[in-house]
Amino acid sequence: MSTPAPAPVGGPTPDEHDPTASAVSLEARDGTQTGLKAIFGGGEAASLRVLVVLALIWIVFTIANDRFLTAGNLTNLTLQVAATGTISVGVVLVLLLGEIDLSVGAVSGVSGAVVGALSVQHGWSPYLAMLAALLVGASIGLLQGSIVTWLGIPSFVITLAGLLTWQGVQLKVLGEQGTINISDPAITNLANTFLAEGLSWIVALAAIALLVGGTLMGRRRRQAAQLELEPTIRTIVRLGSIAAAILIAVYVVNQDRGVPVSLCILIGLVVVVDAVVTRTRYGRHVLAAGGNEEATRRAGIPTRRVKTLVFVLASTLAAAGGILAASRLLAVNQSSGTGDVLLLAIAGPVIAGVSLFGGRGSVWAALLGALVIGSISNGMDLLAFESSVKFIVTGAVLAGAVVLDALARKRRLSQGRT
Amino acid sequence: MSTQTQAGAPAAPAGGGPLLRLRGVTKRFGAVQALADVDLEVRAGEVVALVGDNGAGKSTLIKAISGVSPADEGRIEWNGHDVKIGAPGDATSLGIAVVYQDLALCDNLDVVANLHLGREARRGPFMDEIAMEREARSLLDSLAVRTLRSVRAEVGMLSGGQRQTVAIARAMTGSPKMVILDEPTAALGVAQTEQVLALVSRLRERGLGVILISHNLADVFQVADRIEVLRLGRNGGSYPARADQRQAVVAAITGVTEDHPSVATDAAPPTGGTSA
Repeated sequence: MSTPAPAPVGGPTPDEHDPTASAVSLEARDGTQTGLKAIFGGGEAASLRVLVVLALIWIVFTIANDRFLTAGNLTNLTLQVAATGTISVGVVLVLLLGEIDLSVGAVSGVSGAVVGALSVQHGWSPYLAMLAALLVGASIGLLQGSIVTWLGIPSFVITLAGLLTWQGVQLKVLGEQGTINISDPAITNLANTFLAEGLSWIVALAAIALLVGGTLMGRRRRQAAQLELEPTIRTIVRLGSIAAAILIAVYVVNQDRGVPVSLCILIGLVVVVDAVVTRTRYGRHVLAAGGNEEATRRAGIPTRRVKTLVFVLASTLAAAGGILAASRLLAVNQSSGTGDVLLLAIAGPVIAGVSLFGGRGSVWAALLGALVIGSISNGMDLLAFESSVKFIVTGAVLAGAVVLDALARKRRLSQGRT
Repeated sequence: MSTQTQAGAPAAPAGGGPLLRLRGVTKRFGAVQALADVDLEVRAGEVVALVGDNGAGKSTLIKAISGVSPADEGRIEWNGHDVKIGAPGDATSLGIAVVYQDLALCDNLDVVANLHLGREARRGPFMDEIAMEREARSLLDSLAVRTLRSVRAEVGMLSGGQRQTVAIARAMTGSPKMVILDEPTAALGVAQTEQVLALVSRLRERGLGVILISHNLADVFQVADRIEVLRLGRNGGSYPARADQRQAVVAAITGVTEDHPSVATDAAPPTGGTSA
């Protein structure tokens, strides 16, 4: 029903401007993608496409069930996607390397179990327990990442082994009961509290102010350096639509319980990790290693260290997702982090345009992909579909997204290098 | 055997000595003698073409100079001083840049990112994109590259000639004194080959020493000053890149004149004369 339509609006229209059409040029080919890439920086063209898909999904479900597009349900939706979305942030990093981490679900389960066991059974401070869980995640990532990079074993195999291993560890930590109920508010508040209305507006306005201010400053610096500027209208449209989206979202969820703290955590992580990927040297090296590892190594970049750290970050973020999941469930049990957690955490970013072949994609895909998958599953729940149908539909959407990715790659290969 | 003896070096006029001089470079892979007693000289502002059939040792020699696979024996002089090149970093710090045949570009990154890969400019915790973009523009301008419409174009979307241009420009970011180009025109069309060869000429005008490896003799004669032939891991003669030398070069590559190395040396400009 909602297979991602191949970008009826997103990609092609806005990038036909060709700022330097007068320049001497033998090949015109590089002009087309440039505009949009330069303005949105990397994967945001794909993000636009996902927004269209998301809108279509919402329209379909709203028509099918008028409860879908209510403040209460949309708030539920954000609560549902926070944990998986957080895990997906780490998955995006691994995918950008062109690797895969199949252990993230299991790591999130172990992390939840560690928090439960330490804080409930051993009486640790909840903060220390959460820190310990994150450290466990980081150590797992260090171990798996080191094996992948230093021994050259495919990440697919090592993290598959990890999946099984860490699930066993989780069962061990949970003990015979198999369930630990968590009631400490320091933990449960993460996924079950909401920003006060006033605070949510302050946060929203501050975010918009930072965005606009940052954009203007960047523009001014580019102007001072006499570099090509994004057309003013486009800047205004882009900033305006982002600001409007933030304000509308805050308004809507405030009609119900308010902005979930867990959503703020997820968005905060996305913003930080996105800045790391797009604006720091480390992030550039991750993208480079994902694009051409040999070239990156020859450029003097310690690719093994870069890659290992990605696995550390991915597992740490998976652990953070596990904490959020435990917080929302108010418990950890033997099925925490199992089942479709892993698949959805990987499917989300892929649906939202992160390439499985490495080097291409945006961290925002973690959030957008989680929203797409969450919407599908939420909508089908409202329509009381059987889980058989849900699995089939989600699987079809994932397959469609991967096919699109492969087609895009084929097109690139046939365009370049001729 | 074909290159001149050491007589010229000490008495050379100011700045006239070779930038790079190899003496008796030898490399074995197990029982295989890949390079045997090879000599090579490159001066600043000189394009030396290294030609030879497949397996003649061109790549091995380049790897010895670039430090990727150091020579077993032989001397390497850089600006008249003995140096040891045991790792790629040694060559880089001397000022030798290599553009490999596979170009070593990241297709998913734009031109600016590729030009600065591994040495990104920083501004606080972040990269200074503006500084890098300006630098990229001025670098491409200084090489008179006009075929790139946007320095923010993804390299994967560029044509073969443009990619080669980016790779050469990238080699220039470290301000090298010598550039080694491995088959830069292989797999390029006519117009793109012209662009790349023009770029090679510009490197010479800037006073760089250039070693050009090529299978394409037309390109070699068009752009090189001197042609060094390798055959079966040995020097096969040194020829000025004049059209009338074409037959001699072909003969040296194929080995027809193997017994007459003296044919080769006559025109070597600086010292010459003392061939065996």
